[in-house]
Amino acid sequence: MLEIRNLAKSFGGVKATNDVSLDFPDGSLTAVIGPNGAGKSTFFNLITGALKPDSGKVLLDGVDLAGRSPPEIVRHGIGRAFQVASIFKSLTVQETMLGAVSADQRTSAVLHKRFPLHETRDRAEQVMELLGLAGKRNRTAATLSHGDQKLLDIALALVLEPKVLLLDEPTAGMGPEERWRMIDKVRELWESQKITVVFIEHDMDIVFKIAPKIVVLCYGRILATGTPDEIRNNSAVIEAYLGTEHAGAAA
Amino acid sequence: MTELEAGRARTLAPVQSGAALHRYRDVLIALIAFAVLASLPLFTSSKALLDFVIRCSAYGLFATSLNLLVGYTGLTSFGHGMFFGLGAYSFGLIMQKLGVPIPVAFIATLAITALVAAVIGAICVRLKEIYFAFVTLAFQMLIHSTILSWASFTGGDQGLRGGIPRPAFLGINLANHIHLYVASCALLILGLLAMRQIAQSPFGYTLRMIRDNAARASFLGIDVWRAKLTVFVLAALFASMGGMVMALFVSGAYPEFAYWTISGEAIFINMLGGVSTFLGPMVGTVLLLLLNDTVTRFTEYHGIVLGIVILFFALGLRKGLLDFVAEWYAHRRETGEGR
Repeated sequence: MLEIRNLAKSFGGVKATNDVSLDFPDGSLTAVIGPNGAGKSTFFNLITGALKPDSGKVLLDGVDLAGRSPPEIVRHGIGRAFQVASIFKSLTVQETMLGAVSADQRTSAVLHKRFPLHETRDRAEQVMELLGLAGKRNRTAATLSHGDQKLLDIALALVLEPKVLLLDEPTAGMGPEERWRMIDKVRELWESQKITVVFIEHDMDIVFKIAPKIVVLCYGRILATGTPDEIRNNSAVIEAYLGTEHAGAAA
Repeated sequence: MTELEAGRARTLAPVQSGAALHRYRDVLIALIAFAVLASLPLFTSSKALLDFVIRCSAYGLFATSLNLLVGYTGLTSFGHGMFFGLGAYSFGLIMQKLGVPIPVAFIATLAITALVAAVIGAICVRLKEIYFAFVTLAFQMLIHSTILSWASFTGGDQGLRGGIPRPAFLGINLANHIHLYVASCALLILGLLAMRQIAQSPFGYTLRMIRDNAARASFLGIDVWRAKLTVFVLAALFASMGGMVMALFVSGAYPEFAYWTISGEAIFINMLGGVSTFLGPMVGTVLLLLLNDTVTRFTEYHGIVLGIVILFFALGLRKGLLDFVAEWYAHRRETGEGR
């Protein structure tokens, strides 16, 4: 279980994350929404070690990870994918996967053997098949389509076999149809891999359709948490963010 | 075995044996290259040609080691020549002052280089691009001025004079020109083979990941700082080896070996040959030395000619010679498959 306790981070005078406490039970699927500048990405950056929190705790199965380095946090089981696909542009899909498994198995500093190591193959193969990248294994990452690059980014996080997977806008920059395909994939991964998934998403239709639980951030604070129905009818959320359109649809 | 597993085993098997095959292929190529180089004295008595190969060995080791930093890790060092100079001076001084057998001096020099590189690397590899380049350059100047000002120990601007003693060991007499030639070739081939292994190891791929996207690498659990420091030290060792070959060749060591222009030449070589292939710097070495030797014979303004050549590669081709060939070959194969 991932527990966030009183997490806070300021940039100058701006409180980007302001006393946030949340629980993400094992195997849960949660969407994080909020207007631009609500502190969604900062929240992810604090959990994954890209930023050091000013105060608060990030407890994964009771171990406090707040303020530790990204490699340490990854090794404890929190993986992430990025808003803009963060990949290795000159490596092929297969090399990328094999390299990531090597890192996870702590063989990334091995000098006397040839890449790839035998024991890295099965996992790399599984995840490539899971995300439908196996047919593009020999393509250089830079030549993949935008959607495939996002999938590769997620595959990079997934191949480390994380307990918690944080996805920063998996559908960013995609057309409507591609969005649904991607989000179906995310939901499928969540169901098949039995991991905790937290994702940031802007498209309300998507969020309300697939997320059993929603967290709304606004100016670094939690505005509301709850099921899609609870969020739709929450007056604070409607005022700050949704407008009346979705509220009307729910009514 | 389920059907799925069996299918997976089928797709994986060729990849597996491929990795092992590549290793044998590299060793085979190295053996052939060594055999060809080592038998050269049987066909020619030209001392100039053998000298040329010895210089190629020294510079080739040095330039290829820089490519481990520049091409594989994305660390552009402007001070890599300090380890070339350090190798030459340490080796020369140990031989002159202590009179130990050559292999002992060789190992001791590598140990000294590793130590110095670890200290300098620990300071430098945290820095980003241009700062890394500048600070490595600053350390190079520091070592150069130490050599100049500590004249009682290093001979100052005169260099290590009086020759480096080259006592025979294990039947190898490096004072003999042919022996020195074969030993240089052996060091070159062994060094290249070791660097090739580094480049194709899991660590080599970790370096490529860091070059492409260091932040992402750290989110995979890779300790970026440690990996950069490791390759910085490893590259320094091979540069130092190049320096030792040079010291043996000229039987001395001179401040120019540690001056920043030597780093510049290595960067020049990498630009000429290209950094996207393993052998690019080796091709660049041969090109530069050939250019140097021929151009200086015809004009005293050889700097201008070299400058024009580098401009041609940097602005005209926008890549090194071997990059160009590799791309052309890949393109041809692709269009060939398309048909």
